[in-house]
Amino acid sequence: MAETAVAVQSDEHHAHEDHHGPRGWLKYIWSTDHKMIGMQYMFTGMFMALIGGFMAYVFRMQLAFPGISVPLYGQVSPGEYNALITNHGTIMIFWVAMPVLIAAFGNYLIPLMIGADDMVFPRINRLSYQIFFLSAVVLLASLFVEGGGFGGAWTAYPPLSAVAEYNQTDLGSSLWLIAVALEFVAFLLGGINFITTLMNSRAPGMKAYDIPLVCWMIVIASILFMLSVGPLLAGAVMLLFDQTIGTGFYDPARGGDPILWQHLFWFFGHPEVYVVLLPALGVTIEIIATFSRKKVFGYKLMLYTVVATGVLSFFVWAHHQFIAGIDPRMANVFTVTTLLISVPIAELCFVIIATLYGGSITLTTPMLWALAFVAEFLIGGVTGIFLGASGADIYFHDTYFVLAHFHYTFFPIAIIGTFAAFTYWFPKMFGKMMNETLGKIHFWGTIISFNVIFIPLFVLGMGGQHRRIYNYQHFPDLAGPEMYQLREIATVALLVMLAFQLVFFYNCIRSWMSGEKAGKNPWKSNTLEWTTESPPGHGNWPADQMPNVYRGPYEYSHPDREEDYWPQNEPT
Amino acid sequence: MDRFLIQASTYAADIDGLILLVGVLVGFWFVACEGIFFWLIWKFRARPGVKSEYLTGSEKKIRRWISIPHLLVLVCDVFIVIGSIQVWYKVKQQLPEADSTIRVTGQQWAWTFQHPGPDNELDTADDIVTIGELYVEVEKTYHFQLQAVDVLHSFSVPVFRLKQDAVPGRSITGWFQPTVTGEFDIQCAEICGIGHGMMAARIFIQDANQHAAWVAGIPSTTP
Repeated sequence: MAETAVAVQSDEHHAHEDHHGPRGWLKYIWSTDHKMIGMQYMFTGMFMALIGGFMAYVFRMQLAFPGISVPLYGQVSPGEYNALITNHGTIMIFWVAMPVLIAAFGNYLIPLMIGADDMVFPRINRLSYQIFFLSAVVLLASLFVEGGGFGGAWTAYPPLSAVAEYNQTDLGSSLWLIAVALEFVAFLLGGINFITTLMNSRAPGMKAYDIPLVCWMIVIASILFMLSVGPLLAGAVMLLFDQTIGTGFYDPARGGDPILWQHLFWFFGHPEVYVVLLPALGVTIEIIATFSRKKVFGYKLMLYTVVATGVLSFFVWAHHQFIAGIDPRMANVFTVTTLLISVPIAELCFVIIATLYGGSITLTTPMLWALAFVAEFLIGGVTGIFLGASGADIYFHDTYFVLAHFHYTFFPIAIIGTFAAFTYWFPKMFGKMMNETLGKIHFWGTIISFNVIFIPLFVLGMGGQHRRIYNYQHFPDLAGPEMYQLREIATVALLVMLAFQLVFFYNCIRSWMSGEKAGKNPWKSNTLEWTTESPPGHGNWPADQMPNVYRGPYEYSHPDREEDYWPQNEPT
Repeated sequence: MDRFLIQASTYAADIDGLILLVGVLVGFWFVACEGIFFWLIWKFRARPGVKSEYLTGSEKKIRRWISIPHLLVLVCDVFIVIGSIQVWYKVKQQLPEADSTIRVTGQQWAWTFQHPGPDNELDTADDIVTIGELYVEVEKTYHFQLQAVDVLHSFSVPVFRLKQDAVPGRSITGWFQPTVTGEFDIQCAEICGIGHGMMAARIFIQDANQHAAWVAGIPSTTP
């Protein structure tokens, strides 16, 4: 393996020396450099997050103050409301969480952290981003076609999603589906690259257990994605045929079955949760190890637990369908498998908490984000038990309790995890330190308002408020003043949270323009990306200084050493 | 739970009891984890001159702090699974003898209720069909046959803690027994198109006299 790795690297080097790639502004479009592609994924993802956030603002305003003309938008019709919630969900999962956590940080970090000069297939990588970009354009276009955007929820259950006469968004639903399918193609291409690169391009001396956990997590996530997406892609093609050429795969009148889609969707949909969770978890582990100056408590334990979680996640999908009309006896089986997931997840949580024990903890901005990830994700995890228990799910299914639960998992993953990673690797990406005071203002503003948004929604869910309703006036039991009060609190907190993001953008631009120079290794961290220049040049290291690896990534505070860190590339 | 919403069916208290059981077990772990987490962050804050301990995670003595709680989580899971299956069996799997059967049909965007009428049998000439209003008698066991015409809908009665999706092409049978009289919301809990937010209905739970008068007072219709 080591010999192959060396061979691949020297070939690649040769290529880099011969051919420096496109020049001028073209290098931003046609670059095959993994760092550039990672940044492109990140900024596209952040742009989409702004659109998804704007959608949340519009429909939360409608929910708190029904019928008002929302500033910057106008009045929200029921059809538009459905399109907004559908696309908010779709965008936040497929165009924010996945591109930023897997594609952006996977691309940026994997070659740097394993000591390679680029991905194994740079041009496939390029193609992956281009298809992703196309998919984003198609999705945004679907909002502006005749009939408006698709409004059948991000789960797109047929027959509503399959029959134009029912959803009344003929073009919107087809374009939405095509966009999602294109996005999957982009991530399959990216995933091939991550897996192959991790296997073949590691620095000499880097054994399997010397790989930083975040790289493992992104690769395991890519494997989970590849294993689960096939059935959904097949299902999506059948749905597209139902929509466009009149087949009846999901039409009971012609021998089809609408529940079939739910099985295909959730067979992908549940592993997908872990696909986005694992990279965020990996980021958290890196940051917690660095800022508590501690070795990760049980590297192999962690790795095996994550693999076990991944395997188990393929056997729990029907907990989304307890009351969907499946055989009621099946619910018992899936309750058992679902609750079993709590065992490895609790293990991961305990391992992270144990890593803090005996440490020397500095609360920098990235560390605050990483710790907040653990604290907030725990709320998402424990509320999931209510929903995994079939008996309780009869009541909670499709209420705001579910909504609050998965926002307590996805927000820590997609937003807190991203901010943790972004603030931690910002010095490497741009060569400048971020302002800590502004970073902490942004952190506390975001975290407090996040909790104020979603805790009232748990209460509303317990009060029986069901999801995807544009106006509760038709439901007398849900139209009381105390319920409106809770909805208003959540909406105002959302406005506060969105306002605090301005601090973040200001901090980014200010730090990028005039921040303190970062140097190679501002956090005194062990992993390989900190041994090169900030930002790293093309090829990551000068050709004659490619790193060799002598030890694992978390040798902090080793008793034999005066320094409290021990870079992976430092000879013994 | 009954602080948020009254319990109006025989199994509402069972479901709320399960939610309470999960709440207590999960709440304990939540408080314990967050407590230890924040305590460690405070206790091991960086102090000048103090170096971190070097622990690999293979020390048996320390490992116990993870493996014992880990087994306890599994024990809690067993309790939750047992509780959950009991409640699920009662609500969804078994079907007690019915005093009466009604048919519930969802379509874009209204609920249609077919009551059996004076002869207490469905699909006879004296059936009473209403749109958006379901009339039942308190303390009688009902079976419902749930159908959908066009897309998926979900028949949800929060005060009963009852929810069941309606699937086109199928007839799904379930049951409930109201325990208090009154007038409550019926929701459609599965997104079903532009009018989903308006697909509301009301359930009227009447005592025996009121219900008999209602049945007698409605001229019979054929479905």
